[in-house]
Amino acid sequence: MNKLVIAGREFNSRLFIGTGKFGANSVMRQAAEAAHCELVTVALRRVDLRRGAPEDPLISHLDPEKVLIVPNTSGARNAEEAIRIARIARAGGGFDWVKLEVTPDHNHLLPDPIETLKAAETLVKDGFNVLPYINADPVLARRLEEVGTVAVMPLGAPIGTNRGLRMRDMIEIIIEQARVPVVVDAGLGMPSHAAEAIEMGADAVLVNTAIATAADPVRMASAFALAVQAAELACDAGAREESRTAQASSPLTGFLWEEGEAEG
Amino acid sequence: MRDEDGRLSGAKSASDGTERLDQSFATVLRDWPVDRVRELIDSRTDADVECALRSPHFAPDCLAALLSPAAFGHLERMAQASARLTRQRFGRVIQFYVPLYVSNYCINSCLYCGFNCRNTVPRQALSVEDAVREAHFLSSEGFQHLLLVAGEDPVNVPVAYFEQLVSALHDRFASINIEIYPMDVDDYARLVNAGIDSLTLYQETYDPELYAQVHPTGPKRDFRFRLEGVERGARAGVTFLGIGSLLGLGDWRVESFYVGLHARYLQQRCWRQHVSVSFPRIQPAAGAFEPPCPVSDADFAQIICALRLQLPDAGLVLSTRESARLRDNLLPMGITRLSAGSRTTPGGYSEESDAEGQFEVQDHRSLADVMNSVRSMGFDPVCKDWDASYHA
Repeated sequence: MNKLVIAGREFNSRLFIGTGKFGANSVMRQAAEAAHCELVTVALRRVDLRRGAPEDPLISHLDPEKVLIVPNTSGARNAEEAIRIARIARAGGGFDWVKLEVTPDHNHLLPDPIETLKAAETLVKDGFNVLPYINADPVLARRLEEVGTVAVMPLGAPIGTNRGLRMRDMIEIIIEQARVPVVVDAGLGMPSHAAEAIEMGADAVLVNTAIATAADPVRMASAFALAVQAAELACDAGAREESRTAQASSPLTGFLWEEGEAEG
Repeated sequence: MRDEDGRLSGAKSASDGTERLDQSFATVLRDWPVDRVRELIDSRTDADVECALRSPHFAPDCLAALLSPAAFGHLERMAQASARLTRQRFGRVIQFYVPLYVSNYCINSCLYCGFNCRNTVPRQALSVEDAVREAHFLSSEGFQHLLLVAGEDPVNVPVAYFEQLVSALHDRFASINIEIYPMDVDDYARLVNAGIDSLTLYQETYDPELYAQVHPTGPKRDFRFRLEGVERGARAGVTFLGIGSLLGLGDWRVESFYVGLHARYLQQRCWRQHVSVSFPRIQPAAGAFEPPCPVSDADFAQIICALRLQLPDAGLVLSTRESARLRDNLLPMGITRLSAGSRTTPGGYSEESDAEGQFEVQDHRSLADVMNSVRSMGFDPVCKDWDASYHA
């Protein structure tokens, strides 16, 4: 596979990690390191920018030399709030990448497509690198690409459910159509789910709950990283397409080419 | 619903001028009289509990089963499932808040409350300046989620007072919650504009008869106006809604059933809001009110687990009404939010106050101590999980 590039920036790892839900910031850092992760998302609602971003307890655990910190707009219920939060993140912390989350539904945290598109349009014009979190909607993915987002992030399953690629068919269409990187976000519960996404052709995956709430988050982060690498390697190795029928290794017509004993 | 001018509609006035909503949880409650709830709970069997433990969806039958006497033998399993579900939905994160009492004057005479106007106790109401000073002290301690609490005191702390206070504190706190008397939509909207994002309003009891008994006088007698308060708040744009029943007043199984039903109703109807449930349990207060239906620690645990299993996304809140030991032990089961270092007397943070507290604090540890305890259990104590700029 070609190296992953988003908005001109190269990433050596296709595994991105969300920083919520960890039992301690130190564990979060170790997990990110174990996964050789180069992009983490951070909920701005958790960050205290008043003393400057580097002083914040969460941000201070991350090394900006090694990892790109992308604030998310978690908690925003409409475009206006998301835009405001992104601008505050830039003004207060110098962040110009933003993971756009507009989730008016507090229970399933499902993204509002209309408000997400509106916010994306404005934030792109503002000069942000926008990574929008969306339902697995191929038309919406195209609309977002048109307004200039640097990637699209369809959900694999409802967030936090660990249920894997439930939206598989729609994500396949998104991948097939996309001209920007596709990052499968939300719902990936096991390393095999992440591998499956990469094998399908996703450019990267973002995982939080499955790692943060594992009994040993650091080892689980390694497991996800290995799965993602395995899938990448398999793609490079030229995996064959699956088939609905068995392909016999001794086909029916084999005898025609054999130097057999002719009868009679 | 908003009409063409963007005004909030669906609210009308009762004959005495009090605001009534066209559609509200009051309608649902009519279908669930106390007798029906009690019968449903009492008739649940072991098999019903098993079924409820397997069901991933909310259902009144399941809620009743998990709150029933039949569930008692399944408590450990419920606790394990509840803990797992909480980790999945909320991770290993515990959010902190702190209450700031601004007045203990009150025109109600709630039998169970230290602020009861019939109690002859020292009273105090903080001026806006004094309240700001207390809040600044709490902010310097590290708190960012502030809960403003007051008795129903329209003389010293009217809506305009809170409007002024919240405006003054808005920049300093990530989130401001109010736990005061219920208001109409317009007044809630004033406070939303000033900077509140959260509203806490306990019904105390969902049994109208019991409600009338324990609230003999004062505006709080209006059961429905209180019941619909959180929905009016949601219409006015409040984001976080907190409800609860005062444990010890009525049968806890019945009351917790109503709380679950109410939370579920709000999650469906106010889907842009986030709902949380608190578990205030009656503690000794002036006037020596003995809880008529005491709730044991085991009952308490059962309530938390039952509500978590039926409401995976609800915030579950535990205050310093409970002891350090109990709080530490209940925390992994499903709690998502804790208070710490609380003083329940107005002015109690910056000075020694003689004023009467609303209840006796049982957990006297400081914020730092509780945070350390939370850390030692493998949880991340979080003081900031919202931002004032969401509603700038």
